[in-house]
Parts: sequence; C-alpha cells; structure tokens
Amino acid sequence: MNIFNLFKIAYKALLRNKTRAFLTMLGIIIGISSVIAMVSLGQSSSQSINNQISSMGTNLIMVMRTSQRQGGVNVGSANVQTLMAKDVDAIRNKAKYIGAVSPLVNASGQLVNGANNWPGSVQGGNSELISIRKYKIASGTNFTEQDVRNSAKVCIVGKTVVDNLFPNGESPLGKMIRFNKIPFKIIGVLESKGQNQMGQDQDDVIIAPYTTVQKRILAITYIHMIMASALSEETAGLATQEIETILHANHKLKAGQANDFDVRTQKEMLDMMNSVTGFLTVLLAAIASISLLVGGIGIMNIMYVTVTERIKEIGLRMSIGAKNKDILLQFLCESIILSLIGGIIGILFGLLLSYLASKGLSWPFIISIPSVGISFLVCAATGIFFGWYPAKKAASLDPINALRYE
Amino acid sequence: MSEIIKIEQLRRTFQVGSEEVHALKGISFTIHSGEFVSIMGASGSGKSTLLNILGCLDRPTSGEYFIDGTAVSQRTKDELSTLRNRKIGFVFQSYNLLPRTSALENVELPLLYNNTISGKERRTKAITALEQVGLHDRMMHLPNQLSGGQQQRVAIARALVNDPVILLADEATGNLDTRTSYEIMSLFQQLNREGKTIAFVTHEPDIAVFTNRTIQLRDGHIVGDTPVVMQSAKEVLNNEELRIEN
Ligand SMILES: Nc1ncnc2c1ncn2[C@@H]1O[C@H](COP(=O)(O)OP(=O)(O)OP(=O)(O)O)[C@@H](O)[C@H]1O
Ligand SMILES: [Mg+2]
Repeated sequence: MNIFNLFKIAYKALLRNKTRAFLTMLGIIIGISSVIAMVSLGQSSSQSINNQISSMGTNLIMVMRTSQRQGGVNVGSANVQTLMAKDVDAIRNKAKYIGAVSPLVNASGQLVNGANNWPGSVQGGNSELISIRKYKIASGTNFTEQDVRNSAKVCIVGKTVVDNLFPNGESPLGKMIRFNKIPFKIIGVLESKGQNQMGQDQDDVIIAPYTTVQKRILAITYIHMIMASALSEETAGLATQEIETILHANHKLKAGQANDFDVRTQKEMLDMMNSVTGFLTVLLAAIASISLLVGGIGIMNIMYVTVTERIKEIGLRMSIGAKNKDILLQFLCESIILSLIGGIIGILFGLLLSYLASKGLSWPFIISIPSVGISFLVCAATGIFFGWYPAKKAASLDPINALRYE
Repeated sequence: MSEIIKIEQLRRTFQVGSEEVHALKGISFTIHSGEFVSIMGASGSGKSTLLNILGCLDRPTSGEYFIDGTAVSQRTKDELSTLRNRKIGFVFQSYNLLPRTSALENVELPLLYNNTISGKERRTKAITALEQVGLHDRMMHLPNQLSGGQQQRVAIARALVNDPVILLADEATGNLDTRTSYEIMSLFQQLNREGKTIAFVTHEPDIAVFTNRTIQLRDGHIVGDTPVVMQSAKEVLNNEELRIEN
C-alpha cells in the first residue's frame, strides 16, 4: 500500500479517538521530557561548576594543615600548627613552577562602621593573595609588602561589605571601619564576582595583611593555609609535587614519614565535582528512562486494547481488501505517530523545563543535541517496539472471525 | 452472458477438535452476469460458509472456484485480498461502518487499499456511489446520525465503490424492519437493473421473491436451484402504502 494512504488511515484512526491518543502520548511526553530535562540540567550544573572553578583558577593550589598524630591521639584540625609563614618563603624561594604564593589566615567577627553592622570574616594574606584568588581591584590600591611587614591596619573590601557598611553610597576609600573593635583603613574595593556554585557570596570578603590578622586579631604565629598558583594548569601537577618536596624538607620530616600537610589543586576539585555531577546526571537520566519505559508500556497497553476494541474494524478492512501487512503497518504507524508526536512535545516540554530551572538556578542553559537526537530515536524505537506485538496480533486475525466478533 | 462465478464440487470441512464438520459437501453452480441470486436455507445449512468462499474471505477444502474467469482455489492470502479489493463488494447484516467517520470516508475506504486510484478519483467515485444509493444529501453524516436503513445504504455504496463484478450480501436486511427491508431490496433491484450481479443470502422467503433465482441449501448440499419470477419491491411498497391509506 501507498505510504501516504497508510499514514492517512493511521492518523484518521487516531483522530477518531483523540482523548485516548492524547492520554497514550502523555506517558511518552512525561518520559521524554524528564529525560531531556534531567540530562540538560545535569549538564548545566556541571557546566556551572566548571565555570565556577575555572573562575577561581584551575591553576590554584591549596596547602592545608593536617592533624598530626601525637601519641596516637588525633587532635582536631583547629589547633594544628604545622604551617608557618616561613613555609611560604621556602616555596617562593625554591619552587620553579609556582607563579604566586600567599599565606592565608582567617578570622571572623563583627564589622562596624558608625551605626552599621555586618558580620564578616577577614582573610589575611600577602599582596599576592588578591591575584591568586582571581579578584581584581576596582578602586583604590592593594596593600604592599611594607604593609605586611608592619602589620598595617589596612584592608580591601568586597562589594557586599561596602553595601552593608556604607548604605548611603558614599565612597568607602580612606574610611575607617572596625573589625572586632580594631580599626582598619579601607584602601581598596574589589570588583564584584557574584555568587559561587555553592551559593556563597564571593563579594562578602575583607582582605588584609596576614601579619595584621595573626598579631592583632588572632594572636597566633602559625597560618591556616597556603594558597599558590601554578604557572599554568598543565604544570599544576608538577607544582604540587614540588611543594610537597619543599614542605617535607622544611618540616624536617624523615623520608617515608607522613606529611603533616595536604596539597590540593583546583583541578582535582574540578575532576571530583565532574565525576559527581556526571554520576548524578547518569542516575537522573536512568530514573527518567524508567518513566520513558513506563510510557512505552503504556503505548503497548493501549495498542492492545485498541486492537481488541477494533477487531470488527480489522475484519472489515480485510474484507474490503486490506492485506495482513496493511493492517500490521497501520497499527505500527499509529503507535509510531503517537510516540513521535509525544516525543516532540516531550522534547519541547523538557527543554522548557530545563530552561526555566536553569534560569531559576542561574545556571547556563544547555541544549544537549545528542540527548535530543537520542530521545527522538528512542521515541521511534518505542513506537516500533511496543507497537509491534499489538500490530502483529491485529494482522494475524482471521477476517471471518474478526467480522463475527462481538 | 459471461460467467461471473463458477464453482465445481466445492467442499468446506472445519476441524473442531478431533471432529470434522462438513459445512459444504460438494456444491456446484454458475452465476452469470446480471443475475440476482438468493441463497436460502435453514440455519446451519452452510449459507455463510458458501458466501465467505465466494467472497474470497475463505478457501475451499477442495473443489474449484472461478471468479470472473480467474481461478481462486490456489491463491495466496495477499492475492485473495487483492481479488476482494477489485472484484467483490460485501454487504453485511450489521453494516460494519467505521464509527466517527463520515459516510463519504466510509465509502472511500476500499479505494484507500488500491494504489492505482488517486485521491481525487477516490472522492469522485465515492460521491457517485453515494448518489447511486440515494444519499447525496447525507455524505458528511456520521453513522450514528443515520437510520439503520441509511447506514445499510452507506454500506452498499461502499460495496459498489470499487465497481465489483458481484455484490455479496449476507442477510443484509436481517437487522431492518419489513418496510426498510423492502426499500433496501428495491435498491438492490435497481442496481441489478443497472447491470450488477448480486448474490443475496437470506432465510426469509418473502425477501427471496425479489430476486430472479433461488438456490436452496440444506445440510451442505444444494437441494433446489430454481428461477423466480421477480416481484418489484417498489410496487409491493407502493401497494402497502395504498393499503394503509385506505
Ligand atoms: N469456523 C468454523 N469452525 C467450525 N465450524 C464452523 C465454522 N464456521 C461454520 N461452521 C459450521 O458450518 C456449518 C454452516 O455454518 P454457516 O455459518 O455457513 O451456516 P448458515 O447457513 O450461515 O447459518 P445461519 O443462517 O444461522 O447464519 C454450521 O454447522 C457451523 O457450525
Ligand atoms: Mg450465516
């Protein structure tokens, strides 16, 4: 039979039962749209994490303190004092693959400017910290090595801090603010970076010389962390090894003795995050595929009901000249039309969903062409696969029995 | 006159479990072009079985069958489908119209299974067939918007649309009241006058009088094959009306 006639017969048969056709499609629509939305959102989130981490610099290296075992007792990391400013100097002097390196000392407390309060935390570093953290100075200046040596009470603030301490819009440059009652002079303001992946506001930050934070706020001699940037992303691995060697020697650890520090690169974080989001995407897509499978079984179910309901029609069609394969193709065509139209609606709906969700989460919106293509093929396959047996059943009916069927 | 249907020693045996049911036990006859044949007999005598074979829906267990000069007995299923599509028009007791489908589209249906006919031809032929059965003003009506008699007319138009060599009707008036039955018979007579060959299964003798030959079946055998002086169904209808008016 002419393919055009076939299509016409199938679609007229579907139109005779619009509600049922729609309900059948609904299963496919839900299945496909959830697959599309899940895959697309999974990719959006991993893209967003990638962007985020790259914006922090993929060549970023962090050295953490790790708790030393002291007589078998694991002391909490808060009191671990294994990192010192001289470690930073050692790295700066000996490392070949490191571009910049800074200590990091954190203190949290209350910021006050006149009547305005803001809870914040001061990050102490040297003059390289700003570039390592990929911040830029919007106005004013960075502090100098001189300021570090003198434990100068100067600071550079982020936009959120400015907005909260200077709500009237006056320029904060040169103003004095108090952090835990200690006065700091604002000498610079950072360019805004917005929120990071975890929803943290990266503009809620104050950067000051680490010596100031150590001596005037915390009264400690050690540092919390070392931040460094490798010369490039490619040399991050070499730089990591280099730092480990330098610190191992600097801490006078014996060969084979466990390090009392931990070096991590941003690249490792990135890989870890990617493997997590990749796994989540696969998991969600798998769950969504189950709903697609259910939708397919729905089609099969309805097609079986349809065949039983239309046995007389099948008998009639045979009696006026339909061949077995005409009947087979008609029912197959019906289920393919159902699944393809359902699939197209599902794809559009899924894209709309993921568009709205990614806008809402301020993630990048990604249309995954392969997942759209695969979904489309899956729809066609669903139609053929789940339509085949009902269609086969219809085609194998005996015309006389079918005509007599009540 | 050419032979439209010729059967020789036709047998049909059904296997029911281990038992054999002989529905047709060696039947022979010929139907010529232009005849209007009624096939009569008690229930279970094999009328439907015979008509199904004549209509190429079923194959005889043995014997020969020629339709319009073509031997049917050894045909494949697909070839039988094509024969049904090109040479046969079926009219059923229960109309068998597609629900929620207009009269016109119901009538077009057989032509959808014929590739040699274009969409335009299909439409024209369907309209002509509906005009032939007097339903030119009901083309867009759905089956549930038509009376039983009108539905059977649509079914007759559907049987006519492929210009078959023979119309086969199995108790086509079985679901209709007497008056409507006569109207349908009058339509068949009109088609027969226009040259259609018709085989009509019925077990009502007062319907058989509207044909011009009666084949009597009993228990799978032919027990009578007699010419009939055909009465005009239209006249009978008119007389009825006169009687009621008086
Ligand atoms: N598919 C079948 N399987 C087994 N036996 C059958 C089958 N079809 C018909 N028969 C038998 O063949 C015989 C003839 O049946 P058929 O339907 O031709 O009768 P009929 O003359 O049309 O009767 P009615 O007037 O009641 O329609 C019956 O005994 C019936 O039981
Ligand atoms: Mg019968």
